[in-house]
Amino acid sequence: MTLTSITSRALAVLCLGLFAAFALPQIAEAQQINPTAESVTEESLMQALSGDAQVQGRVTIPDGLSTGVIKPGNKDWAATLGGPVRIVTILSVVGIVAVLLLFYMVRGKIRIDAGPSTQRILRFNSFERFAHWLMAGSFIVLALTGLNLIFGRSIILPLFGENVFGTLSAWGKLAHNYMGFAFMLGLVLAFVSWVAHNIPNKLDLVWIKQGGGLFSKDVHPPAKKFNAGQKVIFWSVIGGGAALSFTGVMLLFPGLAGGEAGWQLYQVIHGVVAAILTAIVVAHIYIGSVGMEGAFDAMGSGEVDLNWAKEHHSLWVDEVQSSGGKSAGSAKAHPAE
Amino acid sequence: MARMKFLCDADRCIECNACVTACKNEHEVPWGINRRRVVTINDGLPGERSVSMACMHCTDAPCAAVCPVDCFYTTDDAVVLHSKDTCIGCGYCFYACPFGAPQYPKVGNFGTRGKMDKCTYCAGGPEADMTEAEYVKYGSNRLAEGKLPLCAEMCSTKALLAGDGDIIADIYRERVVTRGYGSGAWGWRSAYGETVNV
Repeated sequence: MTLTSITSRALAVLCLGLFAAFALPQIAEAQQINPTAESVTEESLMQALSGDAQVQGRVTIPDGLSTGVIKPGNKDWAATLGGPVRIVTILSVVGIVAVLLLFYMVRGKIRIDAGPSTQRILRFNSFERFAHWLMAGSFIVLALTGLNLIFGRSIILPLFGENVFGTLSAWGKLAHNYMGFAFMLGLVLAFVSWVAHNIPNKLDLVWIKQGGGLFSKDVHPPAKKFNAGQKVIFWSVIGGGAALSFTGVMLLFPGLAGGEAGWQLYQVIHGVVAAILTAIVVAHIYIGSVGMEGAFDAMGSGEVDLNWAKEHHSLWVDEVQSSGGKSAGSAKAHPAE
Repeated sequence: MARMKFLCDADRCIECNACVTACKNEHEVPWGINRRRVVTINDGLPGERSVSMACMHCTDAPCAAVCPVDCFYTTDDAVVLHSKDTCIGCGYCFYACPFGAPQYPKVGNFGTRGKMDKCTYCAGGPEADMTEAEYVKYGSNRLAEGKLPLCAEMCSTKALLAGDGDIIADIYRERVVTRGYGSGAWGWRSAYGETVNV
């Protein structure tokens, strides 16, 4: 044995002794300390959550959206979408179709009581019709593509298969995103064109009391350019359309929506308002086409049958004829009935 | 068949981000898409914990419930996968997911989302196993090769566990009993409606 090896052995023994002297009490001490006494636990954080809060931390990824670890509230939105929003949509669509079918069976097509006349009168000029059809055309696309998001997977998918449905829905999403802006423009034009004629007044109460003459023949409450029923449609479209436009823009630009909870709220509002407005518009389409003789012309050629106009918008006809008679075609002064 | 789950033992996670890197590399995930991330809670404070989080492959997955085109499906191993052919990038699944798992490439106007991408549990997609077509859309299919997800497999502290839910729960339970503490099975309550009771 060399001197160095003896020295190193002695050192090793000394070290061991020192380790025993210092380390043992430290281990004993460590056992008394619970290292998780201050540690965060999943259970406590989850219990502390309220509302749409999330368990959040810091990530090295430069993306604010990825800081949340657990957001239990997102499942509530999923449940709302699959529950109440879906139910409201089904009720609105099925409900309005049932109501209209019943109405058609009871009342039938509403005819012009006095029969068609030979004269026509200009009801909506080309600008008004443009505004209407811009709004109407885009709304139909928006409504169908929107309904596809809710019913597509249970109706179109089983009928046409994954490929057709996937492609259709992808185009539908694009159409929905872009058509929204056409709808907004149409909405503004329609508002500007007709708001002055849609201020509620006392005549509307008379119209409502008589049920608008919808349920009985030969009952025609007086009305100006728009009767109370049309005013309800107008304000529903303006109000609902504005709500859809606002929430729609928020959904398109999630950065503006104020976080996930904000986006989810706007999505639910968008869905519910759309369902109700769709039902109202379906009723409007019915009465403007198959439901009433002569009604479609107002938005078709713009010129309506004079007898139709006298029955449904008596005061408006008086106004037009007294202010120089804008009646179109070979219209002559018509003798009093 | 096994019921595959993830479990992150936050008391072992050292926030090395190897799982994130492994995932990115294994599947060649593009920039801006993060299938897995490590979140540090109470960063810099005593008792901070880091959790590695990705898609948890939920029971009754909310993403699948809200998907308008029904592009999600659950495999025999209870892995939640989706078809990128059917996905329209609407973003609903992101807002339904409790874990922020769905990711979208930004394409087109209005920040329009592209087709959704998320953790596949290294199990690919609806295409035939281990084909080029599957790799391009979903990344590699390690499960088909008999391997577990790479993030968990290469975790240096074995904090991130992947495998059958019962087995990894047992492993975690044993650890907690042995060392005397545990911060919980992160996300299990939201994902599986149960937690690991010790």
